Amino acid sequence: MTNEIMIAGFGGQGVMAIGKTLAEAGMKEGKDVSWLPSYGPEMRGGTANCCVVISEEEIVCPIVLEPTELIAMNLPSLRKFEHDVVKGGTIFVNSSIISEKVERDDVRVINVPCLDIANELGNAKVANMVMLGAYIEAMGNLGTETIKEMLVHMFTGPKAKLVDLNIEALRRGAACVK
Amino acid sequence: MEKELWKGNEAVAEAAIRAGCKYFFGYPITPQNEIPEYLSYHLPKIGGCFLQAESEVAAINMIYGAAGCGVRVMTSSSSPGISLKQEGITYMCGAELPAVIVNMMRGGPGLGTIQPAQGDYFQATRGGGNGDYRHLVYAPATIQEAADYVQMAFDVADLYRNPVMVVADGMIGQMMEAIEWREMPKRELPEKTWATTGTKGERKPNVINSLYIDPNLCAEHNERLAAKYKAMEENETRWEEVNTENCEVLFVAYGTPSRITKAAIKLLEKEGIKAGLFRPITLWPYPSKQLKAAASQESVKAVVDFELSMGQMIDDVKIALEGCRPVTFVGKAGGVVPTPAEVAAAAKAAIGR
Repeated sequence: MTNEIMIAGFGGQGVMAIGKTLAEAGMKEGKDVSWLPSYGPEMRGGTANCCVVISEEEIVCPIVLEPTELIAMNLPSLRKFEHDVVKGGTIFVNSSIISEKVERDDVRVINVPCLDIANELGNAKVANMVMLGAYIEAMGNLGTETIKEMLVHMFTGPKAKLVDLNIEALRRGAACVK
Repeated sequence: MEKELWKGNEAVAEAAIRAGCKYFFGYPITPQNEIPEYLSYHLPKIGGCFLQAESEVAAINMIYGAAGCGVRVMTSSSSPGISLKQEGITYMCGAELPAVIVNMMRGGPGLGTIQPAQGDYFQATRGGGNGDYRHLVYAPATIQEAADYVQMAFDVADLYRNPVMVVADGMIGQMMEAIEWREMPKRELPEKTWATTGTKGERKPNVINSLYIDPNLCAEHNERLAAKYKAMEENETRWEEVNTENCEVLFVAYGTPSRITKAAIKLLEKEGIKAGLFRPITLWPYPSKQLKAAASQESVKAVVDFELSMGQMIDDVKIALEGCRPVTFVGKAGGVVPTPAEVAAAAKAAIGR
């Protein structure tokens, strides 16, 4: 089983962080993982993407050309990458800011209004965690417990109060998956 | 040991610290900036020194000075910055100073691009500096190897009293993989009796220099260096072979292209073509004998050299093969990475399929 994931959006939306969390969770579950960012003269508000591979086998090539899953955090990312997704793959759409439809009918589409949910939770910064929650629920390749444990290690001291918020964000994202 | 997720550049920096490097001099350039960033934070905490020099030329000469004092020292840069360091590298080889130089290669020539490339093969293996000098060149292909070989590079540098270069490309610098911090095999290292540590009035001053007034003495010096380089060739050559036994196509690739090649091999397997990979890990000394042995198998119809350049290592492939097999080239320069399908297609073309 190999998941080849493309995660794309505006800089500042937490695209790289979604990827890093997925890669770290995969590693903690004993899988082979790689995380490859696009890099260039980037700036906040510009486009950013990263490729994550999570596999039961040795990962030879970290470059994702035909993703099994696409997480599109904005419209330019959806339009740029949706046609690369493998037939039968899954596209996660940040439906809070993407109003246009996915053009393909041979993929599974999961709409996640992650920014709206994050705002409801009182912190727009957790929009990416809402999306991550949806991904984990839909794909079932990683345990929610693994990510919760990571959050406990990630947010300590004065930041410890963010653990519950992030766990709630994951739960609300998971609830978007039917 | 538990696995940890590390970014290539940061793993290189941490590996240096674990190898006992306490001094770093450099000048910023993408795509290797996380190396100085990491060391600027961590070296002062262990009583070391991080210094951002005014230029690459200054940085490499600071390395010369620190190495002369007998401490473990490193610099890192990317292609155009490494060009500026060439003079310092030949001086260090001439003065026999151990240090580690990391090049996270980007597109060239000139300022080029910041994306992954391997256009510095000639510079790394032939040297951009003057004179008859050589130094080891390690080319890791994974973050694990980057962490391992940077640690090993410090020992090898001290063992031979010679700078060691580690070359990777921007992709290896920027990506993250799970690695283990493992102990490198210990080598018995000579004491640095030559270092300029102060005589305390108890011995004659040590002089570190690459200048000879008497040509006979300089000729002797060159003979001695040549013997040292020969020992490196005999003892330090490293390579990896994947699926090479009875293969029909033999790929030769290092660094990032070797990983793409492994994906191409899987594609070819689906079409019933058995392809193998010969991966030099040391670019100098080049594993010529081993490559020739792999390519001389009766099963091998073609050798395909794949590089992120317009064809530089291919010269070493041809030298190694001594004409025993046809060699074709696939590759791109300037920061574009060919796909596994493109590499597989090149192999099929090479064997007329």
